[in-house]
Amino acid sequence: MIDEIEDKFLKAHKITSGYGSGPDILHSCDISVGKGEIAVIVGPNGAGKSTAMKAIFGMLDVREGSILLDGVDITNLTTQDRVRAGMGFVPQNQNIFTSMTVEENLEMGAFIRKDDFSDTLEQVFELFPILKEKRKQAAGELSGGQRQQVAVGRALMTQPKILMLDEPTAGVSPIVMDELFDRIIEVSGTGIPILMVEQNARQALGIADTGYVMVQGRNAYTGSGRELLADPEVRKSFLGG
Amino acid sequence: MDFLNALVVFSNFVFIPALAYGSQLALGALGVTLIYGILRFSNFAHGDTMAFGAMITVLGTWWLQSIGVGLGPLPTALIALPIGIIFCSLFILATDRFVYRFYRNQKAKPVILVIVSMGIMFIMNGLVRFIIGPNDQRFVDGERFIISVREFKQLTGLREGLAFKTTQGITIITAILVVLILFWFLNKTRTGKSMRAYSDNEDLALLSGINPEKVVTVTWLIVAALATVAGTLYGLDKSFKPFVYFSLLLPIFASAIVGGLGNPIGAIAGGFIVAFSEVTITYAWKKVLKYSLPEPLEPTTLMQLLSTDYKFAVSFVILVVVLLFRPTGLFRGKAF
Amino acid sequence: MENLKITLLFALAVFLILITGFVQSWNTALLILNMGLISAIMSLGVNLQWGFAGLFNVGIMGFVALGGLAAVLVSAPPVYEAWSVGGIRIIAAIIFGIFVIITIGLWIKKIVNKRQKFWGAILLALAGFFIYRAIFDTGVVAVEAVNPASTGYLGGLGLPILMAWPIGGLLAAGAAWVIGKTALGLRSDYLAIATLGIAEIIIAIIKNEDWLARGVKNVIGLPRPAPYEIDLQQNDKFVSTANSIGIDPVTASTLYVKLIYAGLFSIVLIVIFILAQRALHSPWGRMMRAIRDNEVAAEAMGKNVTGRHLQIFILGSAICGIAGAMMTTLDSQLTPGTYQPLRYTFLIWVMVIIGGSGNNLGAVLGGFIIWFLWVQVEPIGQFLMVILTSGLADDNSLKLHLMDSVAHMRLLTMGLLLLLVLRFSPRGLIPEK
Repeated sequence: MIDEIEDKFLKAHKITSGYGSGPDILHSCDISVGKGEIAVIVGPNGAGKSTAMKAIFGMLDVREGSILLDGVDITNLTTQDRVRAGMGFVPQNQNIFTSMTVEENLEMGAFIRKDDFSDTLEQVFELFPILKEKRKQAAGELSGGQRQQVAVGRALMTQPKILMLDEPTAGVSPIVMDELFDRIIEVSGTGIPILMVEQNARQALGIADTGYVMVQGRNAYTGSGRELLADPEVRKSFLGG
Repeated sequence: MDFLNALVVFSNFVFIPALAYGSQLALGALGVTLIYGILRFSNFAHGDTMAFGAMITVLGTWWLQSIGVGLGPLPTALIALPIGIIFCSLFILATDRFVYRFYRNQKAKPVILVIVSMGIMFIMNGLVRFIIGPNDQRFVDGERFIISVREFKQLTGLREGLAFKTTQGITIITAILVVLILFWFLNKTRTGKSMRAYSDNEDLALLSGINPEKVVTVTWLIVAALATVAGTLYGLDKSFKPFVYFSLLLPIFASAIVGGLGNPIGAIAGGFIVAFSEVTITYAWKKVLKYSLPEPLEPTTLMQLLSTDYKFAVSFVILVVVLLFRPTGLFRGKAF
Repeated sequence: MENLKITLLFALAVFLILITGFVQSWNTALLILNMGLISAIMSLGVNLQWGFAGLFNVGIMGFVALGGLAAVLVSAPPVYEAWSVGGIRIIAAIIFGIFVIITIGLWIKKIVNKRQKFWGAILLALAGFFIYRAIFDTGVVAVEAVNPASTGYLGGLGLPILMAWPIGGLLAAGAAWVIGKTALGLRSDYLAIATLGIAEIIIAIIKNEDWLARGVKNVIGLPRPAPYEIDLQQNDKFVSTANSIGIDPVTASTLYVKLIYAGLFSIVLIVIFILAQRALHSPWGRMMRAIRDNEVAAEAMGKNVTGRHLQIFILGSAICGIAGAMMTTLDSQLTPGTYQPLRYTFLIWVMVIIGGSGNNLGAVLGGFIIWFLWVQVEPIGQFLMVILTSGLADDNSLKLHLMDSVAHMRLLTMGLLLLLVLRFSPRGLIPEK
């Protein structure tokens, strides 16, 4: 058990959480991401996927269990302190500053950094060349896929040790979705562990090192992406056969 | 020649006064719009904040005058302005610390904050009357005119004169400077950008590590400075009377809403739209028309659309028109 | 427990008035009682809007002033000469003005093209305005020239002043309808600003349109629903009754008149209170509160939120109008210069919030207690100031300044009270059930 905790970079251990003083939504969930891994949480609507992300990122109180980042207990840190501890988060909605330019969005991403972040800015532009082209444009004027790139770029500006994405492909066209997945693999290639929630389970599991299938706030199936895709139970229940 | 005379009369009675008044409104509306953008409520205490800042400046001016410090041709109030800004900021920060912060942490509904600001309004209004009294206070000194009617007539040989008051000149120049500094701050500095980010998307600003308390503090400081400057300029140009500032609330809100609440550029545009409409509609155009129209068409009446007593009605009508046709304001504010 | 608290709080209000009677004078006590009754009615009206429906109306002053105007228009004797020289023209101009506004309204409704809609409306408004002024101005000049020192206005209908109370309500309701139609349904701050504006404009009209109610020259000596003190003092029966109770007839006459007012006001307060109470517990009131608590859900359930809001906004404003007419009746005069938003709008808000928004009893209690404080803070402050500055010489400038400034203590006190209640007991003295 101890070994397992130590070998994963981010480890949420048996966490229980919910909104405000409402009922528990997550029940003793385990979610972890290893170094250089892509971990994906999939599951039906209302399974608690987004809730799990929020709990891990400190936007909800964790009522039971613990969260370790690189071996350090961060269960009781505030959201801002988690950002400082090296976590980056791309929310599902309203994940850019619409009235600010692309460049300003990225600058705001680097807000907590006191050092020179022009290198990181160049890296993000390299990763998303379209953003360099549109750097002076208001982010709100961009297309859906470009906005998502701004959102991911903003989160990368802190040089996070782990990147969390909440449904990055929600509401974009299939072509854009493929491109976004390519980018995410590219980000992962730079060595940043990625934890993401996805609606498009089949494609997401296709790129996942680890997959978590959640049902009603509990871990239903856990395994490598390939295993889950091959599992007849998972296929039948969640992947449409 | 007649056309020039018409132009002079127009400048003297419409253009210059409206420009000065518009500058004052724009500064006031900027304060309202910043609070709306960052703290997300309509601050009813803003008029009285202007009165409070201006009052401290008046007291500072008197003190400076008593010890013989002055600016020669310029009003002493300009040196007293920083004193006013400092005390006004301190007071405003205290209200935030002891009053507003509690509701912010509770995530209270905006309308509750508006009611809270009503309480602050009572207190500031009471304090101002308590300290300086409800009457008119004179604190202008220095040269009265940049150019007086007589000088202008001698200079140009025109029949009509143009007076350009020092206070009007100062109002316009100060307003331009303040606006330039404010926009430089909002668009070029890290703190300014973080304010815009916070106003744009509060949750994402938090995720980016922007400290909301710092943003709020900076906002209040800017608002206090803007309010003090606006209040002092208005006091210099017209006169300092505590009650007047409360009644400025309507044109100021109208300016901010017309421009789009939460949008600084809108607030400035709104200020001038309201000021120019107010002055043009309540001005008696007889003289201008007499010079610019051929004799048979010369007006016999005053040609005044509305008596000056109804100037608030002008702000109000503009407000209603904007609410009916474009509720987000001309420059698309945060409101919907 | 709850009932005991309410009883105690009202006992406190009664006690405060009684102690004023014993310590100061019974005339002062009755004056406070009468204005307290009127304040309670205004407070009920605002509570209807805010407590029931969450509508933020800061134009109370305007509705109160309209009530006052109604008192003049109903009860003042008509000035026939003014009517004959220009009255008809003025009325014709106003009818024309209304016609223009309706035309513009229809234009805005019917025309789809935004640009056409906008410029057309502007053009109609301008043309209408000039024609209106052409008819209107000559009429006004003629009317205002009629014996300007004592009349110079159209006068009223010469009817009993009690009739002004419902009519004041109707006038306020009309104004509320117009504002509600424009500003309801937009965000709450906009309603606030719109009502703030309309109140200023109503006051500006009453102040400046001399033909209507003499403007700042004031209409004084309106007829009264109660006998005149001087008549009572000459009435043998009254004097002998007064003597037999052991009160000086002059004092007795002033007290008697005030008691009559108090009786009349109490009847109105009780009637409005019962109606408000029944409204609160009716299905209509429950729906109102459901809308207040969750507008989105109510709308999703097919409730016409804006329509409901318009109803309650009109009702609440009408109550303020009635109270305004009553107040002018009590004063027997309309003095537009005395209408200040701090006193007539924001003070009523303090009453509602401190009393307990959403609770009619709370609103009534707030009306009495806050009015009492508003009147008595000054003498209390004076008293405290005398003690505080007792160490200073009588000609000390600080002392003189402080004594002078005591009058402004009431604003500070009200602000402080409002903030304290909002912070530590946000639901007020008698919270909503």
